[in-house]
Amino acid sequence: MARFRASTGVCGGLVLLSLAAIDCRATSAADPLEAAAGHYVIERGSEIDFMVAQIGGGGIRGRFPDFSGTFDIMAHDFSKSRVDFTISPASVAANQPRITNFLKSSAVFDAADFPVIRFRSFRVERTGPESARIDGMLTAKGRTLTQSFTASLVHLDGGGIAFHVVGSVYRAAYGMEIGVPIYSNVVRFDMMLKGHRS
Amino acid sequence: MDSAPAGRYLWRSQGHSYGGAALLFHWAVAFLFLAQIPLGYLTQVTESRPALQFQLYQWHKSLGFLVLALSALRLAWLWFDGRPEEAARASPLEKLMASVARITLYAATLLVPLTGWAIASASPLHIPSYAFNLVLVPPLPMAVSDAAEAFWSNLHAILAYCAAALAAIHIAAALDHHFRRKDSTLTRMLRTSAGGNPTKDGSPPMQR
Repeated sequence: MARFRASTGVCGGLVLLSLAAIDCRATSAADPLEAAAGHYVIERGSEIDFMVAQIGGGGIRGRFPDFSGTFDIMAHDFSKSRVDFTISPASVAANQPRITNFLKSSAVFDAADFPVIRFRSFRVERTGPESARIDGMLTAKGRTLTQSFTASLVHLDGGGIAFHVVGSVYRAAYGMEIGVPIYSNVVRFDMMLKGHRS
Repeated sequence: MDSAPAGRYLWRSQGHSYGGAALLFHWAVAFLFLAQIPLGYLTQVTESRPALQFQLYQWHKSLGFLVLALSALRLAWLWFDGRPEEAARASPLEKLMASVARITLYAATLLVPLTGWAIASASPLHIPSYAFNLVLVPPLPMAVSDAAEAFWSNLHAILAYCAAALAAIHIAAALDHHFRRKDSTLTRMLRTSAGGNPTKDGSPPMQR
């Protein structure tokens, strides 16, 4: 009898756990971003890549390995979600050392005088079940302008989340017009931002 | 112009006189080529101002392609138009030296920009050659490496400075003809004379 009660208890527990899991999956399937609500710290394993096309084909590809940031996903009012992100332009790495040095120099990022590039969102708008448009202020080389990025959810588990974020920045507006029109005025960002709850 | 079949030969060389086209080619190439020397030098001493250095490089490349195009056209025109007879009386040695200097300068106006083109083509930076932001010039088919870029850069600089020295001698010789020998060597490079008038030193005009 005692064995039966114990068995019943275990089964009941499993049933409850299963129901909870089903409920969780149902919530995720219905609204994955709402399920992802929380405060996240951007992980070092994220990738911040960019590309500037050049006339005749090809272009400059690079990445920023040094960055940090947080984001908050608000469960009940998604539009109040926030992103605060900084990049160290001194960490920029292109596919050629001389290009890397040129990007760090006063001709482009002027990393010595402007050591931080910052993006702070002021509006997040859902554009689909797993995507959003993020509007914010981007500060680079001493100039702050409105900038938009598009984020798509690519991974979500218990404590971690990953977004594919893309956006085009018109560099001349930030005093980085050098090389236009040989090199495009448009810098295409392609980022994989991974976050863990904190 | 006085004895000329008026304006008929304005662009063509005849007698002892250069035609307008030959003069235009000469002075355009000369001015651009000489302007390229300090411009090329400036590209090497402006590393502390990378934006300015980048712009200088683009101007240097654009003008270099223009020099190359004009020099090629000039040689084609020379082949078509022919050279007028020498205006000044000179010893065989002087004539030989003048010919060598002239041919070397013709070669330099082609080889110096060609080696510049080779630098842009061999550079791993792959910076497009977009002359005057108007014409996309393709790279030459050649090996791309830092070593190749360095090789062509050195050759370009050596040829350019040698050509500049030769141009200085060329200018000095022209001034010597004008001020000391008082012949028409320089003046016939300043204006076209369609009639092929006799020169100050009395040498007869070439009959074509």
